[in-house]
Amino acid sequence: MPESASGTPVIEARGIGKRYGSVIALSDVSTTVAEGSVACVLGDNGAGKSTFIKILAGAHAHSEGELLVDGTPTTFASPREALAAGIATVYQDLAVVPLMPVWRNFFLGSETTRGKGPLKRLDVGFMKKTTKTELAAMGIDLRDVDQPIGTLSGGERQCVAIARAVYFGARVLILDEPTAALGVKQSGVVLRYIAKARDRGLGVVFITHNPHHAYPVGDRFMVLRRGRSMGDFPKSEISLEELTGMMAGGGELADLAHELERTMGDSPVVEELKADVL
Amino acid sequence: MATATPTADERVVRSSPLTRILKRPESGAVVAAVVIFGYFAATTDAFASPAGASTWLRGASTIGIMAVAVALLMIGGEFDLSAGAMTGFTGLVVGILTTEYGLNIWAAMLVSLALALAIGAVNGVMVMRTGLPSFIVTLGTFFVLQGINLAGTKALIDQVAIQGMARVPYYDQPHAFFGKAFDIGVHMSMFGKTYDSGEAHIFVSVFWWVGVTAVATWVLLRTRVGNWIFSVGGAQVSARQVGVPVFRTKVGLFMTTAGAGWLVGMLLLFSTSTVQANTGVGQEFIYIICAVVGGCLLTGGYGSAIGAAFGALIYGMVNQGIIYSGWDNNWLKAFLGAMLLGAVLLNEWVRRQAGSAR
Repeated sequence: MPESASGTPVIEARGIGKRYGSVIALSDVSTTVAEGSVACVLGDNGAGKSTFIKILAGAHAHSEGELLVDGTPTTFASPREALAAGIATVYQDLAVVPLMPVWRNFFLGSETTRGKGPLKRLDVGFMKKTTKTELAAMGIDLRDVDQPIGTLSGGERQCVAIARAVYFGARVLILDEPTAALGVKQSGVVLRYIAKARDRGLGVVFITHNPHHAYPVGDRFMVLRRGRSMGDFPKSEISLEELTGMMAGGGELADLAHELERTMGDSPVVEELKADVL
Repeated sequence: MATATPTADERVVRSSPLTRILKRPESGAVVAAVVIFGYFAATTDAFASPAGASTWLRGASTIGIMAVAVALLMIGGEFDLSAGAMTGFTGLVVGILTTEYGLNIWAAMLVSLALALAIGAVNGVMVMRTGLPSFIVTLGTFFVLQGINLAGTKALIDQVAIQGMARVPYYDQPHAFFGKAFDIGVHMSMFGKTYDSGEAHIFVSVFWWVGVTAVATWVLLRTRVGNWIFSVGGAQVSARQVGVPVFRTKVGLFMTTAGAGWLVGMLLLFSTSTVQANTGVGQEFIYIICAVVGGCLLTGGYGSAIGAAFGALIYGMVNQGIIYSGWDNNWLKAFLGAMLLGAVLLNEWVRRQAGSAR
C-alpha cells in the first residue's frame, strides 16, 4: 500500500524534543501517523524510542516542538487523556494478568455489567462472546476463552492486547517492541495482526529495533539514533538495506562484522551482519 | 474468517469435565474435607452425631469467616497478620465501653467497627504508600494491637477478661444476631443434613459463615470488583495500566479483612458473653493456612472463597475429630503443617499448569 493512498494524519509530530533536567533524551523528531497506515520507529537500545512512545502515550509531556492530534496542538497530561483521544498503547509486558482467563483480561478495567444496585453483575455471556468474535476478527480462533491467558503463546497474547485496544475504540495503536521477545514464527504472526489492524483503518506506530520486522509492514520509517531523528522516509524512498545501515550507523556495523569475522570465522551471524551492511 | 467451527484445535488437548472441575482452586480442599469427614465419622461415634457436628461447625464458622476475608486479601496479593488480634480488639472495645463506661451497646459496636475499619485502612494505605511488603506492615500492626489488647485492658479495667457482659442493658438485642444458638432438635429444617434430633445447637455464626462465603464468592466471580481483586494480585502494574483502581481495591481489601475481624469479634463476644485480652492471637496463621488449603496462592492472583471456607471446615473437623478420637490434641499442629505443605505443593503445580507461558 503506497503511503500517499492512506488516510488523513491523526498524529503529527513536529520537531518534538524532551529534556530530563540537563539530559536531552530526544530532540527534533518529526513524523506523521495516518489512518490505515503503519509508521515505524526504529532505533537501537537507548536511541530514544521509549521517550518518544511515552510522549505519544501521554506518560510524559514533550518539552520542545509540537504534537498535533487531528491537526490541533496537544499536550497530554496523562495516559488516560491520550486514551480518550483514541491513542492506545500496547506495552512490552502487554498489561495482561497471566492467571486470569482470556475474556477477563480482555475486559479488565472496562468490564460490562448488567443489573442494578446489589445485583449489578458482570455480563459474562456478552464478554465471552465478544472476546471470541473480536479475536476471530483478528484471525485467532480460541477454543476456550476461559483458559488463563498465560497459557497462550507470546504472539497470541500480543494479539489479544491489540484486539482489546481496537475494541475499546483506539484509532491509533502504539506497539512497543511487540516482536522483541518472540521467535521467528511468532513474530510473523504478530506482523500479520499489525497488517490486520492497519486494514481495519487504524494508524499504527510500530516501535522496533529490527528493520527486518519493520520493513514488510511499514509505510513510513523514522530512525532514531542517540535521541535524534535520522530522518522520516516513506517506503518508496528507502530500501531495507539503507534502513538497516542507517539504524546502526553503517560504519559501526561494518566494523563489527569485520571484528566478528576474525574471531568467529564464517558463522551465520557474521553472514547476516555482512548482508545487512551491504 | 467466518469459519469459527470449534473443531479440535491441535494446540490444546481437550480436557474432560472432571479435569476441569479438579482444576478449580477449591477442589483439593473439598476432596480433603470429604475424606476427613468420612474418616472421623467412621472411627468415632460422636463425630457425625448432631451434637458433634454442631461443635465442629461452630469452631469452623468463626475461623471460616476470617479465612474467607483473608483469602480475598491473598487473592489481591497481600497478607494481614493483624487479623487475629483484630477479633480480640473489637470484642474488647465493645466490652470495655459497655461494662466500664456504660455506653449503649449498639453505639459501642459502631465505635468498634469504625476503629476496625480505620485500622484496616491504615494497614492498606501504609502498604500502598510505602511499597513495603504487607507481611511486615501488618506484623507491626499485629504487635501494636496485641500490646493494646493486653496492656490497655489491664490499665482500663484491671483485669484480663471482660466480666459482666450479659448484665449490660439491651444485651439481648445484639445477642440475637451474633450469639444465638438454635436448637436443631426442634428446628430440623434449618440444617438439612440432620436426620435425628439430639441435644444439639447450631450457632448463628454458622449462618454468618455461609453468608459471608456466598457474598465473597459472588463478588469475586461476578462483579467488577472481583475482577479487580484478581488483577491487582496477579499483576499489579498491568492492572494499573488498563485502568483498574489499584489503590482503592487494595485498601478496600484490608478494610474488608478488618471488618470481618469485627464481625468475628462480635460473634465471639456475644456467644460466650466474655472476651479475653489475648483472644485471636496466633489465629492469623490459621486463617492463612485455611486460605492456602482452599487453593489461594501465596503470590496472589489465584484462589477461591469457597475453598477457604472448606479449609476452615477441615480445620474445625480435625480440631474436634482429634479430641473425639482420644488423641493428644497437639497433633493438630502437626496435621495443619503437613496439610499446608501438601496444599502449597498442589497449588504450585496447578499454577504451573494454568499460568505458565509456553
